Amino acid sequence: MRPSRIPTSILWLTLVFFYLPIGFLVMNSFNSSRFAAKWGGFSLRWYERLTERADILAALGNSVRVAVVASLAAMVLGTTAALVLHRYRSRLQSVHRVLVAVPLVLPDILMGMSLLLLFVSLGVALNLVTVTVAHVTFCISYVALVVQARLQDFDFTMVEAARDLGASRFQAFRKVTLPLLAPGILAGGLLAFTLSIDDYVVTYFVKGPGADTLPTLVYSMIKKSRDLPVINALSTLMLILTFAVVALSQRLVRPVGS
Amino acid sequence: MNPILRFENITRRFGTFTAVDDVTIDIAKGETFSLLGPSGCGKTTLLRIAAGFDRPDAGRVLLDGNDITDLPPDRRPVNTVFQNYALFPHLNVRDNIAFGPKIAGQDAATVRREVDRMLELVDLTAHAEKRPAMLSGGQKQRVAIARALVNKPQVLLLDEPLAALDLKLRQRLLVDLDAIHDEVGITFIYVTHDQSEAMSISDRIAVMNKGVIEQTGTPVQIYETPRTSFVAAFIGDTNFLDGRIIGAVDDRFSRCAVEDFGTIIIDNDKPVRIGDRIDLSLRPEKLMVSRQRPDAGPMDNAVQGIVEDVIYFGSSTRYWVRCGAWKLCAEVQHRTFLLDETPPVWGDSVWLRWHANDGYLLEQYDALDEDLLTLPED
Repeated sequence: MRPSRIPTSILWLTLVFFYLPIGFLVMNSFNSSRFAAKWGGFSLRWYERLTERADILAALGNSVRVAVVASLAAMVLGTTAALVLHRYRSRLQSVHRVLVAVPLVLPDILMGMSLLLLFVSLGVALNLVTVTVAHVTFCISYVALVVQARLQDFDFTMVEAARDLGASRFQAFRKVTLPLLAPGILAGGLLAFTLSIDDYVVTYFVKGPGADTLPTLVYSMIKKSRDLPVINALSTLMLILTFAVVALSQRLVRPVGS
Repeated sequence: MNPILRFENITRRFGTFTAVDDVTIDIAKGETFSLLGPSGCGKTTLLRIAAGFDRPDAGRVLLDGNDITDLPPDRRPVNTVFQNYALFPHLNVRDNIAFGPKIAGQDAATVRREVDRMLELVDLTAHAEKRPAMLSGGQKQRVAIARALVNKPQVLLLDEPLAALDLKLRQRLLVDLDAIHDEVGITFIYVTHDQSEAMSISDRIAVMNKGVIEQTGTPVQIYETPRTSFVAAFIGDTNFLDGRIIGAVDDRFSRCAVEDFGTIIIDNDKPVRIGDRIDLSLRPEKLMVSRQRPDAGPMDNAVQGIVEDVIYFGSSTRYWVRCGAWKLCAEVQHRTFLLDETPPVWGDSVWLRWHANDGYLLEQYDALDEDLLTLPED
């Protein structure tokens, strides 16, 4: 019997559905014409224009700083949460497990609102620090999830073996547990990085005036149509960055030894 | 005896389950000592207490006279070979073995020399730079042994070290282990559920069941003079007979009536009086099988029965012979060319003969232990 063509067709339809708009955007970023409907020849002028925009570069700097700090903090806290969830089982832990997973499905608008309420009632000034804290809260869940998956096939007799060979608790963690979990932690961190760098909703609520990240700046730029081609160029660059990070994290979550 | 390791009245409970119940063992310096028993008998718990991964609810562990009960695993001069090897997958063979010496702060040259010596001992010099994932099961096991021995422990704990390997490899590694033991002269404590492994490697064995020691002794003592029906049935195979003492033959042998079987002569392995009930263990290989009535000496027993089951093993054959209400298992070694003979087959009438010396009186009998015996279905 000939293999069915249906799965292949569905695959292609899915790819087209997902990537046609993106392909269109990438193509347009090289379009020398200002108008998407007309192909004016290949050009890098929008990329040149991009480098001249101080506000975009500043927002990019903000985004990267927030994403780096938030994902690093989430790596530490998320790994701790995953280890604790894996090692100790109790009724309270089941509640903990659910609470760690909830931010994955919680609507961003709810998170943003509640964080804004919290910051305002505490009298905290809204700036990039509050943005970073807000990003950490949802990034923890993703890191915890990835590290927990990694722990499923982590053999804790290796930790016992390290203790048996003379390592203190801390040495065993540093020389055995951490190196073996590192790929998972890093993969979780990279995932957190991609989520942080393109977050709009939560950031919008807690950023305060004047401190724009890339997504919030892009949104305000869309209102002015003359900036649209520049946004195309910017989006293309972000796309490349995101693909690179995802590819890297995919490599990292493969099991050890293969 | 001045023990290198002493378990003193160790008790360990998990909830309502008592894993180890008031166990005392003395292990002599340099010997290979096995903890043998079925899964759940408490042997691994005892090993984990020795290694420092677990603490007893009562009792003490003494190493060379010092109480180490509360010392954490990294402060004990004791190392473990784990059942699943527990090698570090991110380190190569050399770095796995070097883990202990490096933690101990030895200088690089000493570490290198010691690791090289260990690699040679376990014959893995050619594989020093490989990661554990690239090694065979037997090689991993040898890395685990080297990684433990390089720390020069006073006692090496081995937790079912061969359980994950196939039979042929297991036998070869047993020989290797024995050679390594002779070379390093360290005390080995060997935990296993495999009686043949324990018999072949041990100087002494403690047979454990349900958290208690049933018997401690050399392999020969354990096999030939089992104290309880559990030991008799768990180590090798046996036949159980129970009867009543009806008279003395002389000061060493007694006459014993076995219901629906006959009167047999037994050796008084323990003091008996007329009227006592006794339980006898009779190993299958001690029973001689013949078609004709054997010439029985004065202390020989001979009974007639019908062959009900035959299993041929190549070097030997097992017969299950029905004698009255009893079914006895006899194992015959084939020392000659079998095709020239006509061995008994199903339904044949045969005689079983054994000397009164060849049975052994049990101190303690539990009918449930009969489940451990190999018995064909009726």
